[in-house]
Amino acid sequence: MADPDSNDTVISGVAPGISRSAPQSKEEVIVISHLYKSFGSNRVLQDFNLTLYKGQNIVVLGKSGSGKSVLIKCIIGLLRPDAGEIFVFGKNVPELNHFALDELRARIGFLFQSNALYDSMTVRDNLEFPLRRHWIQVTQAQVNDMVMEALEDVGLAHTVDMMPVELSGGMRKRIALARTLILKPDIILYDEPTTGLDPITGKEIIDLIVEIQNKYNTASLIISHDMNCVRLASDLVAVLIEGKCYALDTYDRLKSSTDPNVKPFFEQ
Amino acid sequence: MATDTTLKKFLDETGRIAVFTGRFLNEWFRPRYEISEFFRQCYIIGYKSLPLIGLTGFIIGLVMTMQLRPSMVNYGVESQIPAIVGISIIREIGPIITALIFAGKIGSSIGAELGSMKVTEQIDAMEVSGTNPFKYLVVSRVLATTFMLPVLVLLSDCIALYGSYLGVNIKGITSWSLFWNKVFTNLIYADIFPAFIKTFFFGFIVGIIGCYKGYHSSKGTEGVGRSANSSVVVSSVLIFITDLLVVQVTDLIGYG
Repeated sequence: MADPDSNDTVISGVAPGISRSAPQSKEEVIVISHLYKSFGSNRVLQDFNLTLYKGQNIVVLGKSGSGKSVLIKCIIGLLRPDAGEIFVFGKNVPELNHFALDELRARIGFLFQSNALYDSMTVRDNLEFPLRRHWIQVTQAQVNDMVMEALEDVGLAHTVDMMPVELSGGMRKRIALARTLILKPDIILYDEPTTGLDPITGKEIIDLIVEIQNKYNTASLIISHDMNCVRLASDLVAVLIEGKCYALDTYDRLKSSTDPNVKPFFEQ
Repeated sequence: MATDTTLKKFLDETGRIAVFTGRFLNEWFRPRYEISEFFRQCYIIGYKSLPLIGLTGFIIGLVMTMQLRPSMVNYGVESQIPAIVGISIIREIGPIITALIFAGKIGSSIGAELGSMKVTEQIDAMEVSGTNPFKYLVVSRVLATTFMLPVLVLLSDCIALYGSYLGVNIKGITSWSLFWNKVFTNLIYADIFPAFIKTFFFGFIVGIIGCYKGYHSSKGTEGVGRSANSSVVVSSVLIFITDLLVVQVTDLIGYG
């Protein structure tokens, strides 16, 4: 276990960032404290703690099966933690009822690893779905404008009437990102946004994430294995080991860390 | 030991289906009502099944009449073919065959659709989008199957009887009015009502099993295939069991 006072482990700060320019504040948007989650005898999260501030990007790095996806599913309320607190905009997610949770979810975007586009709907219907389901009072003309704006943000306005099956993997990822953006969320949770994409498309998605973050000043929690994504999109990198936030620091500092638990992640 | 495990798995699965059914009964009448999705499902499940159900009904009516004819001629009761075919189709053959075809077409499609939505996280995405996926996906589909199967059975019965009319006329001559007169004068209320009521149960079974199997699908594409397959197998077996129970109950209350 790392020594918390060591320079190699938990250090708060903001990386200069390669192309990140959005301002960050000290307003806490997500505060996770003493989070525990198990599946049978498999303890996935054990006393996990993390704070995300407005306008900040944190990339969560960890081995496969270390509980990264479980973490963000607990944040959005898709999984219920065994113990601990997850405050999102000051509300403790595990204690919220269905209506309060839906209200909170309207402020959180979630990009699924598999994109999760509805196969039976066109791109337009996919993007309209969250708008209509969250009871947002908008006219059809406003809906059309919002759909087109989100599609233009990801550079795919021409696909509006296409079906997801007609799109390439990278395009589907962009449409999923557009669907995430349509509600103008304050927080976006990304579950392995570049998995399954070739390096060039992966880089395009990373650039898009950074661009969107700069434009809308969202706070983002990004689950990723992709070191390019970690390097380019992160203000801070959280290293998840044995269910704990083992280290939290900038990419550059973690890269030069001599900690034997952290070093292997940066040797790729 | 192996029998114990199989029995335990069977009881586990039965319990889970019961809990799933309980959740459906608890949620279906509470708002938010997914009315447009219900009607969309009625269109997909009902209207789009019509050609298959109609064709099968027509062939069954025609073939059944052709097969019956030699025996009826031997006994000298050829004129009773419309009556016998009518009673058989309306009481048993129409509902059971239509329900089994419906289970094959709709049960497997619901199992595969929900299964693939589950493994590609579309159900989670729905929940994140402020939708109760159980209401949107399960309640709408189960209600649609429950209300559409009786309609399809009625149509299938009519088409089967029309097929029978053509079958009667292949080797004989029976007028349109005489055929229908023979059919309806031999049908009583007890032939029609229990047969119609049981089709609601058949529709419910197809819907709830298809949704349960799809909603609890796992293990990627293999799991989706398994969900589709077991939706058909389990709902077909349950249709036969329900049919058996309905016959016993209608016998007991004097409708037999």
